[in-house]
Amino acid sequence: MIRALALALALFAAASALAVQPDEMLDNPALEARAREISAVVRCLVCQNQSIDDSNADLARDLRKLVRERLQAGDGDQQVLDFLVARYGPFVLLEPPRTRSTWLLWYGPFALLGLGVVGVAIAAVARVRRTAVPEPLSPEERSRLNALLSDDAASADATGEVER
Amino acid sequence: MRRLLFLVPLAVVIALVGVLAWPILEGRDPRSLPSVLLDKPIPPFELPGLTVDSSGLSAGELAGRPLLVNVFASWCAPCRHEIPLMVRLASEGVPIYGIAYKDDPAATQAFLAQLGDPYRGIGVDRDGRIAIEFGVYGVPETYVIDAAGRIRHRHVGAMTEDVARRTLLPLLEDLAQ
Amino acid sequence: MIAELGHRALSVALVVAILQSTVPLWGASRDDTGLMAFARPAALVQFGAIALAFGALTHAYLVSDFSLLNVATNSHSTKPFIYKLAGVWANHEGSMLLWVLILALFGAAVAAFGGNLPDGLRARTLAVQGMIGVGFLAFMLFASNPFERLYPAPIDGNGLNPLLQDIGLALHPPMLYLGYVGFSTTFSFAVAALLEGRVDPAWARWVRPWALAAWTALTAGIALGSGWAYYELGWGGWWFWDPVENASFMPWLAGTALLHSAIVVEKRGALKSWTILLALIAFSFSLLGTFLVRSGVLSSVHAFAVDPERGLFILLLLAIAIGGSFLLFAWRAPSMEGGGMFRPVSREGALVLNNLLMSTAAATVLIGTLYPLALESVTGEKVSVGAPYFEATFVPLMIPTVLALGVGPMLAWKRGDLTGALSRLWVAALAAFGIGASVLYLRGAPIGAALGLGLAVWLAVSVVTEWTERVRLFRVSLGQSLSRALGLPRSAYGMSLAHLGLAVFILGAVGETFFSAEVVRFVRAGDEIAIAGRSVTFEGVTKRSGPNYEADVGTFVLPSGDRLESERRFYPAEGQRTTEAGIRSRPDGDLYAVLGEPAGEKRWTVRIYVKPLVMWLWAGCGIMVLGGLISLADRRLRVGAPGPRRASWQPAHAGVADSD
Repeated sequence: MIRALALALALFAAASALAVQPDEMLDNPALEARAREISAVVRCLVCQNQSIDDSNADLARDLRKLVRERLQAGDGDQQVLDFLVARYGPFVLLEPPRTRSTWLLWYGPFALLGLGVVGVAIAAVARVRRTAVPEPLSPEERSRLNALLSDDAASADATGEVER
Repeated sequence: MRRLLFLVPLAVVIALVGVLAWPILEGRDPRSLPSVLLDKPIPPFELPGLTVDSSGLSAGELAGRPLLVNVFASWCAPCRHEIPLMVRLASEGVPIYGIAYKDDPAATQAFLAQLGDPYRGIGVDRDGRIAIEFGVYGVPETYVIDAAGRIRHRHVGAMTEDVARRTLLPLLEDLAQ
Repeated sequence: MIAELGHRALSVALVVAILQSTVPLWGASRDDTGLMAFARPAALVQFGAIALAFGALTHAYLVSDFSLLNVATNSHSTKPFIYKLAGVWANHEGSMLLWVLILALFGAAVAAFGGNLPDGLRARTLAVQGMIGVGFLAFMLFASNPFERLYPAPIDGNGLNPLLQDIGLALHPPMLYLGYVGFSTTFSFAVAALLEGRVDPAWARWVRPWALAAWTALTAGIALGSGWAYYELGWGGWWFWDPVENASFMPWLAGTALLHSAIVVEKRGALKSWTILLALIAFSFSLLGTFLVRSGVLSSVHAFAVDPERGLFILLLLAIAIGGSFLLFAWRAPSMEGGGMFRPVSREGALVLNNLLMSTAAATVLIGTLYPLALESVTGEKVSVGAPYFEATFVPLMIPTVLALGVGPMLAWKRGDLTGALSRLWVAALAAFGIGASVLYLRGAPIGAALGLGLAVWLAVSVVTEWTERVRLFRVSLGQSLSRALGLPRSAYGMSLAHLGLAVFILGAVGETFFSAEVVRFVRAGDEIAIAGRSVTFEGVTKRSGPNYEADVGTFVLPSGDRLESERRFYPAEGQRTTEAGIRSRPDGDLYAVLGEPAGEKRWTVRIYVKPLVMWLWAGCGIMVLGGLISLADRRLRVGAPGPRRASWQPAHAGVADSD
């Protein structure tokens, strides 16, 4: 309980203050830009859904410094992230790695879209086959439709029934 | 077939309610994070002591027998809360080592002088870098280390009598055999 | 005394709600008009009772009655009046009271304006609305009583988180709840339709205004929340893909889909069961949001103090409401198909495509939000799903959406002419391509920026093209065009504005995302800070006292001579700090200055942002809201108005003018 309270207060401090401090920043602008990019995808562990770049928490500051040290030591971006994952697990990454346990997360939405497209297509075809209540048609539409569906007998008497 | 299709939303809802109910029933804390170092050797480190003449703490010292490592700080309220329990455990013979996290050694000394010192050895982690090696994300944290120097358990937050008696001590006993 | 009255009123409301959810249903099943007629007065009385309770709690806040636990924990005597008022809903119990108040408000509105509804449908709708009321009133009375006394009463209260002491956040929850809870009406209509086993175009016509009202309020609520985050949190972000933000976004996406599919039901009698499903889903998402904010299963910046037991209670309500309605859906909906046929390329086809993309988008947000929970339950692994995920999945879905949005309104009902529509959109295509290519090559902007700006231009020009086609601008005399323009239904303008609003929103989002600049520096008084080709002078820091805070005020002088002030406030009652950014908003962009921590003697950390076009982001939302309001004012959409079936004078290619 006490701890929850302490965390709540820490969170608040984080929300109301600035994150990256001038004295943390690297002189090399290219390296600093990389550091900012990395920091933006590293989760601040003691805050709630904030990146260490956005957070004022103490640990976030330490991790920002660490990121910069690793970059200065010549690490690549992925190496820096791997270093953090080795200590805090994949939880530290705001962009979850694409592994077997996250494929549903990454590809699920697109699979759903595909399913939806197929579903709509099937429904459309089924509907054409099933429907016996077409709209009132213009004469030329009717003749064209009749040419296409020569066996359609039901159309004539159901014509006009839009609202049941 | 078509009727089954209309059951899909219901199935999704049932799954969803399951996903939402599970964490509550389990009493899961969304902030808790399992250590990725479980069953891995403790990271190599060497920390200075509280005073110039006191010896510090190094990874080598922690091998050889099962023990507890407690990451604490004098500025942390929950640490203040758990220290009496730590002192009790130490008096019962539980080996406890401390890592003073981002703390002024003088403040740490005053803190321990006031509340009691349960630690067999203390390393001073001024910049918190060694804590990061352990994957510490909040103080206090308590680790159970086995004789081979591997991390076997991590408890985040203030230690309670309950957790100590039910989890930590039995685990230490198991490890001792 | 007044508090006890409020508590009693809640109990009365619960009893009335129980009667409201049973008697009319019984009456409807026996076709007894007398019993069905019970629904309307019951809904009004329920609203009156809850309003009384709400008034009682508000009174307690305004007079700082700290003998109430809720007031003592969330208020303070020195708080300004407006924040005492807003304090009512800035906590779990009070916001729950606002929730049921709005729920009852919508019930009362259906009762008051639903004169043209068939007796059975009205009785059943109000009964379902009553059932939701029963659930949440019981939750309040048994697990979240805002009128709990505290003895002995403290001398003063704990205060309110100063971040919440802000006009944007005072207004944002009521607006958001109007949207969230507003979807309860469409939910009730949908369940009533399932109970009756009948959905017809008239049903859709009755449901649409409610969906539109909820959608409009939700749009405004989300925009207000985002605006608050932008200026109050001090780092200029406007959307964080936080679980609670997502929770408000999912009903919006589902509601947007619902608005569009209901048009197809109304005009063509197709997509009935799908529309019913969407109406159920939109409110289910609202319930999910209510659960997520209050259960603590996900960590969020916006969550209330959480309590697992309350979480379980809400989850139970959610399971009954959603599970029950979806069960009913599985039982009754299969026999509901039928309706007009249409070609894939047609207005209906375009609306189906909209629905497909909107639902996928909503599902994506749902998956991203709940995946960490599900994965941890199944495998024990912990992952974080943050902004990069949504940028990689949600944003790409919006590309086909916007592309199709330009074409859809140009297609005729039943059978559209895609080549014809596209050929009339050549101006839009050319403009989009021109803008995209020029920012890409001339300004060296990132490809995403070029794409985004291109899409915004495509959509905006398409909307204008569609309008000029409708009024036959330059093809008939200007006078004739004008009279056509005046003759267009308001819902047509509503649609155009809503779509235009999206284009404007994209413009702002792209500007902020791709062209922002930031400088963080230590400065002393008199220092000049260069940013994005401008120079801002830091004048120094002075002290200022507010009504319940002390502040350091940093002053910045802009090249134009304008001054910006940023405050670092300290609220002694709460013992907390906030930052108030200094923002100069102009159409071409914002200059955003924040005074940070002191960094040594007379030295301060400051942070300056240039955020190009950012105001258009909210202006776009405002235009969408305006579109919603204008549509709502359409005579044909007046609640329950039977309205003429079709206006025959309209140009054939546009079909029936409508808001989609």
